[in-house]
Amino acid sequence: MKKLLHYLKTFSLWELLKGLKLTGRYFVDKKVTVQFPEEETPRSPRFRGLHALRRYPNGEERCIACKLCEAVCPALAITIAAEPREDGSRRTTKYEIDLFKCVYCGFCEESCPVDSIVLTDLQHYHFENRGEQIVTKEKLLAIGDKYENEIAKARKEDAPFR
Amino acid sequence: MFNDLLLILWIIIKIIVIVVPLLLGVAYLTFFERKVIGLMQSRIGPNRVGPWGLLQPIADVLKLLTKEIIIPSASNRYLFVIAPMLTITPALAAWAVIPFSQGMALANINAGVLYLFALGSLSVYGVLVAGWASNSKYAFLGAMRAAAQTISYEIAMGFSFVGILLAAGSMNLQDIVLKQQGGFWHWYWLPLLPLFVTYWISGVAETNRLPFDVAEGESEIVAGFHVEYSGITFALFFLAEYINMIMVSTIAALLFLGGWLSPFEGIPLLGPLFAWVPGIIWLFLKIGGFLFLYIWLRATFPRYRYDQIMRLGWKVLIPVTLVWVVVVSLGVEFKIAPWFI
Repeated sequence: MKKLLHYLKTFSLWELLKGLKLTGRYFVDKKVTVQFPEEETPRSPRFRGLHALRRYPNGEERCIACKLCEAVCPALAITIAAEPREDGSRRTTKYEIDLFKCVYCGFCEESCPVDSIVLTDLQHYHFENRGEQIVTKEKLLAIGDKYENEIAKARKEDAPFR
Repeated sequence: MFNDLLLILWIIIKIIVIVVPLLLGVAYLTFFERKVIGLMQSRIGPNRVGPWGLLQPIADVLKLLTKEIIIPSASNRYLFVIAPMLTITPALAAWAVIPFSQGMALANINAGVLYLFALGSLSVYGVLVAGWASNSKYAFLGAMRAAAQTISYEIAMGFSFVGILLAAGSMNLQDIVLKQQGGFWHWYWLPLLPLFVTYWISGVAETNRLPFDVAEGESEIVAGFHVEYSGITFALFFLAEYINMIMVSTIAALLFLGGWLSPFEGIPLLGPLFAWVPGIIWLFLKIGGFLFLYIWLRATFPRYRYDQIMRLGWKVLIPVTLVWVVVVSLGVEFKIAPWFI
């Protein structure tokens, strides 16, 4: 009897039909694919992407060259040189981040006493020439100027959890 | 003299009318395949080139045509080049006898089924020669596997053809289709169900498609008999494989699913409602169904182990067909309605 049932199952291709049913179901199921360049998956406000240097609303740069970020950076990616400015305030003359060294841990942002260096949620960037991976102070400030609104919004959203 | 030339011209036009849509069909079959497999794997498949990705096959063809043909220095140059031609010629030639609708065949010969079977067997030579001429162990193993598999499954396939011949009493494809007149329950798939299934399984095995693609077996022997081929020579193998897929589907539709006949024939309301649909549309729908099944099988089943393929062919399919040929003969002898009248 058991053997007969086995033969019946084999010759009716039962298992194979079951397999076909499964793929058939997936065939009509809703697809979860994200159409990448047109749409992206949502990102957390805590996302740690490309770096930026922020300014105060009056246009003054925040960074006071305390070098805490340089000290805390586990990958030694940050290089800072500082000098007193004409008005006597302490400012950086050089603020460079080597993005090839950076591990995007976000310690620099956490250590910063004036919320100057931040990690934005930008993740699509690239370099076309050797040396471009070292971002200079001007570039970092430019990124900060360009995305100030987004940066401020993300910080505000995340503030209650910090 | 002039009339002869005109006749030849007319035949050439007919050939073009068959071959050009066929090649286009192959191009879009690859697109269809990628799309369907994608959908079955929770993806959406190619959709970047042109609207809905519809120009993807064109891009693929251009890529293949512009690629360099590399002829391995250790290969047998002459056979290496001739092998793809040996594969594609029978694949194309077989279409000569296919009736697309009543009287719409390039050559309405009396031994149509035999002709198809013969050309189907010829295609193995191309594979064998390609594998040998490449002078590569993977290609050779693939060719050996392909040859053994094709020959084994040809027997089961031949027996399912025998069942059809017994049932229809003719080798002419048009006659076989016309013998199935009536609704879909008059078609031969019902009385010949085991032969139908056997034919389909051996058809999939004959074309070396998954789950019987040990001849290619990427994971074991790289790409089987066509490892060394590139550019247009590879494209010819590819083309032949897909043309053979369409061929096997077409034969299945003609022999078992009533070819160009409407499935609703003889049903009171539906019959007249669908009477206006031309036969060729029905044929194409049936072929499309089989092609979808091909791809569905590919998306579902893992590759058979080589000895299991041989076991299935020799120890299961051939006995099944043998038994059913006897059953069909009894049915024909006692004229069992509505099929064997």
